[in-house]
Amino acid sequence: MSTNKKKFNSFLSPGHNACAGCGQLSAAQSVMRALTDDTILISSTGCLEVTTTAYPQSSWQLPWIHSLFENAAPVASGIKAALKKKKKKTKVVIQAGDGATYDIGIGLISGMWERNEEIVYICYDTEAYSNTGIQASGSTPWGANTVTTPAGEKSFGSNQQKKDMLKIALAHGLNYVAQSTTAFPDDITNKVKKALATPGPSYIQILSPCVPGWKIKTNQAGEGARLAVQTALYPLLEYTNGELSNSSINKNFKALPVSDYLSIQGRFKHLSEAEIKQIQALADKNLKLFKL
Amino acid sequence: MSLKNNKIKNPVTQPGSALNNKTGDWRTEKPIIDPNLCIGCSRCVKMCPDACMLMKLDKEGKLKAEVDYDYCKGCGLCASECPVKAILMEKE
Ligand SMILES: Cc1ncc(C[n+]2csc(CCOP(=O)(O)OP(=O)(O)O)c2C)c(N)n1
Ligand code: SF4
Ligand code: SF4
Repeated sequence: MSTNKKKFNSFLSPGHNACAGCGQLSAAQSVMRALTDDTILISSTGCLEVTTTAYPQSSWQLPWIHSLFENAAPVASGIKAALKKKKKKTKVVIQAGDGATYDIGIGLISGMWERNEEIVYICYDTEAYSNTGIQASGSTPWGANTVTTPAGEKSFGSNQQKKDMLKIALAHGLNYVAQSTTAFPDDITNKVKKALATPGPSYIQILSPCVPGWKIKTNQAGEGARLAVQTALYPLLEYTNGELSNSSINKNFKALPVSDYLSIQGRFKHLSEAEIKQIQALADKNLKLFKL
Repeated sequence: MSLKNNKIKNPVTQPGSALNNKTGDWRTEKPIIDPNLCIGCSRCVKMCPDACMLMKLDKEGKLKAEVDYDYCKGCGLCASECPVKAILMEKE
């Protein structure tokens, strides 16, 4: 099918069923630009998997496999073991949502990292279980309205803090850990290329605006993902051999107020000024933590 | 277990066969590119979730963005990301 690849120049062809303007599929296109055809892809269950493989059709133009929701890591390990036995250098790349990564798959991911296998793990962080209708995950930020953390008279949305998955990855001694967002396609492509070139396991987390989840317009995935970086809530980060080696927060960085980011999203529209202040404090903390 | 004996259809499908699914009919708005304004930066191509914005060479050999309307869902992400506002969304 190299003709299709040529025409559309992507390993992830059009004709998939993701929502118009999906920030996850946009980011996935940037990931594809970093890959060669000597790659095997593993998907967990979630929007990227469901929308690209409506049987009997597939958008994938690379070898691709899906098993169970939680199971991408062990499936990748098995593929890696077979490739090793065959003495093949084929790259193995996992693509998973935040629910699959932060919650249901975390024990299995930990095992894969313990085994120190050269597998690139990409988490598309929509900050909720998007495919089943926006339930809160371990990645859902404080204050967000989801169907399991509904905002109303007695609740301001999620009362839990977003889990720090980068720290969990770093605690496993990964040589390459990075964070990006949909709004920075070249940054995503470069980081995936670096991860592929790093020996051992690597982890890349990409903030991916979800149209129904974030309650944004179909043309706002770029704006949302950009404001997340500009407000310092979700900085572009890179850790090489455990050390922070790159950050969007540097000497020249001037952060925008978090309200710029929150106000364009329906999932935060119920927040009071006091609550927005608490979220501002998180961004201010990031400004200190990640300054280079 | 043999797939043949169990009369299970081969679950392996053709790569890129989703191209049969013409998502262009989802569209309610249509991106229109002004080639005179387009600076050929590829920002729209890189942001399109549907890989249906392409860069093509024009007669003068300059790169210009072009939409494949067979698949374009009309989300408008390309229009809002274009740095020179060369893409306008029009009602279908
Ligand atoms: C064991 C199991 N539990 C629940 C489900 C139902 N399910 C399918 S997709 C999904 C949500 C996926 O969320 P996430 O991993 O965040 O990916 P996203 O859809 O947000 O991209 C759930 C709960 C399942 N398929 N398997
Ligand atoms: S629900 Fe969200 S993540 Fe899923 S396809 Fe739609 S926009 Fe993308
Ligand atoms: S409107 Fe959306 S789907 Fe159509 S070309 Fe622009 S970004 Fe792609």
